[in-house]
Amino acid sequence: MDTVEIVMIGAFALAGVGLYGLLVVRNLIKVVVSLQLLVKGVLLALVAAGKASGQVALGESLALTVVVADTVVAVIGLAVAVQVRRVSGTLDLKKLSNLRG
Amino acid sequence: MAYGFLMAGAVVCAVLAIRARQLIAAALWLAGSSALVALALYLLGAHQVAVIELSVGAGLVTVLFVFAISIAGDDALSKREFMPNGLAVGAVVTFCALLAWQALPLEARPTVTGAAPFQQVLWSDRALDVLVQLVLIFTGVLCVLGLLKETTAAATGNALQEVQAAASHSANGHRPAEPVAAERTGVEERA
Repeated sequence: MDTVEIVMIGAFALAGVGLYGLLVVRNLIKVVVSLQLLVKGVLLALVAAGKASGQVALGESLALTVVVADTVVAVIGLAVAVQVRRVSGTLDLKKLSNLRG
Repeated sequence: MAYGFLMAGAVVCAVLAIRARQLIAAALWLAGSSALVALALYLLGAHQVAVIELSVGAGLVTVLFVFAISIAGDDALSKREFMPNGLAVGAVVTFCALLAWQALPLEARPTVTGAAPFQQVLWSDRALDVLVQLVLIFTGVLCVLGLLKETTAAATGNALQEVQAAASHSANGHRPAEPVAAERTGVEERA
């Protein structure tokens, strides 16, 4: 198996673990952790796809944009989590939900 | 072989980050996963992205997580899950299978000869991306500033409440004059 294919499979697995965390986890900060893992898988897949298609520089450029966007999403998510904790006293998503049905 | 070990290590760190019962432990496992991903990126030839991922993904983001956890508190996490575990695993397996079906096997093409270097692609061909990155960074800085400002305001408010409580206890239930005046001023400002 080619090295790029191994990296691509690892990227899919990382994205899968991140998606699993998003589906299962109830803590708001761990939701941000899961989102980070999901984006790391996408980052690896971008670079691997760029290498496989012979356009390494384009893959790197897109990956750099993803890194910056991912960091800003983490910052905003953590700021929201801190404010939610301060206002509601909990980070549990089930307890934060006001809708009942 | 090295790629296999790196990917396996990154996935194991990711699983441990999801399953960790303490938020600090989850943040540290995430940093480990990020470092292994950065090493894989370096071996793939994406040197600039690897360095940025290592410094930002494994460094800055971990510091931000520790900072947020120190403010919000590291409570023991509930063992109850958001949705049934079997359903989540099924959805994830379907997701990964669809991705693999679409992407694999990869048709490796030779590197384009005479292709533009990374610097030219980033600064010339993808100039709009750089502009968007600048806006995103500015947004992130504003968010951090807002977070720190709220923290300071909350600390000042707690200190004021403590002073009011101590003054009311010492005066046998009589409210001190200054906080009342301060409250009145606040009401007037709001009006």
